[in-house]
Amino acid sequence: MPSVTLLGQALVSGVLAGGLYALLALGLSLSWGLLRLVNLAHFALALLGAYLTYQLGHAFHLAPWVSAAIIVPLFFVVGMGLHVVFARFRVTEFTSLLVTFGLAVILESLIQWFWTADYRRYETPWASASVRVGPLFVPVLESLACLTAATLALGTWAWLRFTYVGKALRAAAEDAAIAGAFGVNHRRHAFVLSGISAAYAGVAGTFIALISTLAPSQIWVWLGVVFAVVIIGGLGNPVGALLAGFLIGASESVTMAVAAPAWAPLVSFSILIGLLVLRPERV
Amino acid sequence: MIRMRRFTRGGGLVAFLVLAFAASAVAAPAGQPIRIGGTLALTGPLGPTALLHKLAGEMYVEELNKGNGLLGRPVEWVLLDDQSKPELARSLYEKLITVDKVDLIIGPYATSGILAAMGVAQRYQKVFVHHSFGMPHLAKYEMHFATAAFGPEPNRTIPTTVFDALAATANPPKTVAIITSKFPSAQFQSFGAKEIAEKRGLKVPLYLEYEFGTRDWGALAARVKDAKPDFVWIGALGLDGNQMLEAMKKLDYTPPRHFHLFPAPGPLVVAPDGKQALSVTVFEEHPPFMNNPGAAKLIPLFRERAAKANVPYTHVDTQVAGSLAAWQVLEAAVTATRSLDDKVLAQWIKKNRVDTIIGKLRFDGPNNYGDDLFKVKQVQDGKWVVVWPREFAAPGARLLPP
Repeated sequence: MPSVTLLGQALVSGVLAGGLYALLALGLSLSWGLLRLVNLAHFALALLGAYLTYQLGHAFHLAPWVSAAIIVPLFFVVGMGLHVVFARFRVTEFTSLLVTFGLAVILESLIQWFWTADYRRYETPWASASVRVGPLFVPVLESLACLTAATLALGTWAWLRFTYVGKALRAAAEDAAIAGAFGVNHRRHAFVLSGISAAYAGVAGTFIALISTLAPSQIWVWLGVVFAVVIIGGLGNPVGALLAGFLIGASESVTMAVAAPAWAPLVSFSILIGLLVLRPERV
Repeated sequence: MIRMRRFTRGGGLVAFLVLAFAASAVAAPAGQPIRIGGTLALTGPLGPTALLHKLAGEMYVEELNKGNGLLGRPVEWVLLDDQSKPELARSLYEKLITVDKVDLIIGPYATSGILAAMGVAQRYQKVFVHHSFGMPHLAKYEMHFATAAFGPEPNRTIPTTVFDALAATANPPKTVAIITSKFPSAQFQSFGAKEIAEKRGLKVPLYLEYEFGTRDWGALAARVKDAKPDFVWIGALGLDGNQMLEAMKKLDYTPPRHFHLFPAPGPLVVAPDGKQALSVTVFEEHPPFMNNPGAAKLIPLFRERAAKANVPYTHVDTQVAGSLAAWQVLEAAVTATRSLDDKVLAQWIKKNRVDTIIGKLRFDGPNNYGDDLFKVKQVQDGKWVVVWPREFAAPGARLLPP
């Protein structure tokens, strides 16, 4: 029987891991839900962001938040640029899978070409820092990633809920033609959203650089779990993605604490399958 | 007469010089290249380590061609990317043999890929030298030859070597936590460690298997901390060990002693948590390993090449040495038999001991395996040094207590 401390620690670890899942899921959820583009290149962008953070820190000794201040706006522009391509070639929901898969492979090759396939680690003094809360230890970097995910999720929710652009995007996602008839310039707003999605990949990348060791193939490590988070959270629903991240992270972590760790993915994907069976309209 | 004698003396000198030059100069290889086909995981999760095998192979082939090649012919390495996927490795070896019609093949990186390629080699009866296979009991093909010198039972011999090393210290561990990747060779040897530990009277309060590619190490670290072991055996591949140590550090916990089965050597040696980490090796860059003439020549060349390729950790250890040994075995067999016939080569390798960078290898034991040449190494003062058996220890090194 696992101790209460072990269970509590596993829960903390899982929720914080879920925060990182949510951070990665946010941009994907927005582009899939509101632009109907399943952007697999999102994972490659996040890893590129991580490598850039590493490079700027390693070669130019820039603090990660300074790197983020460079990477995030840059990725916003890249995201808009990508949408120019998607719009030009009328990429649909299904074809976006193929196109962005190709883009992800190209980005992976570029990363490998520049940084080699060997591991890269951005060593920082805070990599192993934790705060003690009673018998539990709360890792600082993961907490910061989780806090950032929560802030971005709530901020994006508010933006979509209360601003004209947000409402217009949601309306266009429901029915672009009718929204257009009411004067919504869907195309222009889509560029902004695409930029925001890519910028969120940049934010996630900064945290990945601080928390993980980098290798080009890591692009695909997050794919399954982040897709599960996006679908469980509901497409285009930032708060849903955040909560789903917590749910998946916590369920995996607690499973690892009480049972064979290899069962962890089984639990999270069982949740996904159960949800798809009960509520198939989520996708 | 005098003139004649002078001429004879002068001619003799010229003839001597010509002969001496001819003997010392090596003819450049000429003719159709000998094509050696193989795959490596140039991309995918095994990519970081496979990169070292690529650099080692490229360097070896380049050195061969700077000399007399093989049988006086240049050597061409037809290298394909199996993307860390065994099923792709299998298809690519099929292609190398049937479409590219390579003369010889050399193994891919890591157990699962090698096992997949071995089936193809067997079907086409190709001699199959490989360098990183961790489950000898599955290697049934009579013409396979492994330079990962695990011996026929690494699940027994490697844990025995490790526990022997620990037992020789002032405070040997009494409890062992074992956590291992489900990657086949890591799981196989780590389960062997559990059995050996229990046979030796050690308690194993925790034995866990995790998926290859695990992301969240927090819960695993919490379980190890909860078990309070004296010694942690991590059946680690690549960076698993680093991530596990980091996760434990975040819980304000450092295991008294920790062992890593197949770690990426660079990141662990530079990691702040990697101090006194233990692992196993067949080669490190210090005596007595560097006394090998092949090592003295090849190591500086490899380090130069690795640095040029922007590889952060350029030192040679098990992976690179095993790779070089595989090329050395193939070269020795072709040179000795003056043949490219797979069966002739296989017979020669089976019957002879081959002098390689990791020592003399033999292939006449069960499943063509010879001796287990693995030694225990430890991170000390920011570098790996062999600490056990004592006769292979770096000068002045011994296994440091926690």
